Amino acid sequence: MTDRVLIETIALKKSFGPLPVLKGVDLQVHQGEALSVIGPSGGGKSTFLRCLNLLETPDSGDVIFEGQRINRKGTDVDKYRQKMGMVFQHFNVFPHMTVRENITLAPTLLKKQTRAAAEAKAEQLLDRVGLLDKRDEYPRKLSGGQKQRLAIVRALAMEPDVMLFDEPTSALDPEMVGEVLDLIRALVKSGMTTVIVTHEMGFAREVSGRILFMADGQIVEQGPPAQLLEHPREQRTADFLSKVL
Amino acid sequence: MTLTTVLQNIIKLLAKYWDVFLLKGVSVTLALSAITVTFGALLGSLLALMKMSRLGLLRFLVTAFVEVIRGTPMLLQLYVGYFIVPLLVPSLGLGTFASISVALVINSAAYVSEIIRSGIQAVDPGQGEAARSLGLSRGQTMRRVILPQAVKNILPALGNEFVTIIKETSLASTFFVGDLMTSYLIVKGATYLAFESLIIVGVIYFLLTFSLSKLIGVYERRLKQSD
Repeated sequence: MTDRVLIETIALKKSFGPLPVLKGVDLQVHQGEALSVIGPSGGGKSTFLRCLNLLETPDSGDVIFEGQRINRKGTDVDKYRQKMGMVFQHFNVFPHMTVRENITLAPTLLKKQTRAAAEAKAEQLLDRVGLLDKRDEYPRKLSGGQKQRLAIVRALAMEPDVMLFDEPTSALDPEMVGEVLDLIRALVKSGMTTVIVTHEMGFAREVSGRILFMADGQIVEQGPPAQLLEHPREQRTADFLSKVL
Repeated sequence: MTLTTVLQNIIKLLAKYWDVFLLKGVSVTLALSAITVTFGALLGSLLALMKMSRLGLLRFLVTAFVEVIRGTPMLLQLYVGYFIVPLLVPSLGLGTFASISVALVINSAAYVSEIIRSGIQAVDPGQGEAARSLGLSRGQTMRRVILPQAVKNILPALGNEFVTIIKETSLASTFFVGDLMTSYLIVKGATYLAFESLIIVGVIYFLLTFSLSKLIGVYERRLKQSD
């Protein structure tokens, strides 16, 4: 982890209709940091994560990525999204493309790489996650864990500076959770900046440098895993942890 | 009137007027339907995209158009086309067939736009989000990710629209455009054998729509297999 701030949010607010989901969130994510976000459902975790790459537009406040305010009108969001990989709960792999095409679509379409380079990179990534033999299959032939690994390398193919994970194991059968967590763990070890919204407390504790507890649209508490999980300062955090641990 | 005389009359009519029914009637009906489906699909796609636009005014205009078309009788729309189209572009000297075609296309476009819009919106929103999260623009996401998946929802419904149109073009016979129903009017006028002519025309319509429906069914099953 370095001192360089990669993503910063300032007083981020978001409502869905009359329902406030984010009530002013300030956060800094440093380069190389592994940050986990935990908290009750409906507490704003996923909305917050989706605000970072502007899949949700905040009502007010700012998102600053690599020194640029990216949520102001007129900003070319697409350019910044290329640098922010995202992995979804429901994988969202493209069913009409082969495994390989899933990976090469964005790099070739956005002229980041030549087709040959993108193909080579895809093979290398697939090899790394043990899916090389599936490269010409369509996603319907893959298990949930394989789909999620594909979704992760699809995002990695754009060589992002940060990876955002939105409950990456919540839709998986229990026996497939491990393979996906292994991959995320390896990513964190390699120095990738990661923000993970998760319900896997054990995993959050193991890989994160910092855990954020979010509830009712606010960051209630944050700190190193051992401190936050074992000695929470806030009653709200303690209540939540007593239910899930 | 016994069954035997009816059958005999039908055979007589077919022997004498087969070209009126099969050559003229069927070809005009199919041509009218093909024109309607093709241009209806093109115009309908445009309307569907406008309806999903970020501009509120555009969305409102399309919604209003679709509601008006769906809320008024097709025969009325054909009359409007018959009278208004030649007045609007008198220089083209459009005949009845062209005017009626324009009315049919406009009617079909309204229905097709709804087919296309719902086909696009039936694609999992997560697909679009995944594409956008990779940095694809709205247009790239639509072309490379959403539309290829929406086509599977759209094509079977579009085929059914074709079947519907084949039947609805019969209303165009009101203006004597030469379609299959016009063939009925011609033969009935010449022979006074209304019932027999109707049966012939009915059977032909049924054969057209039934075989088309079966074809669409086969195609639909093939699309499902590739899922």
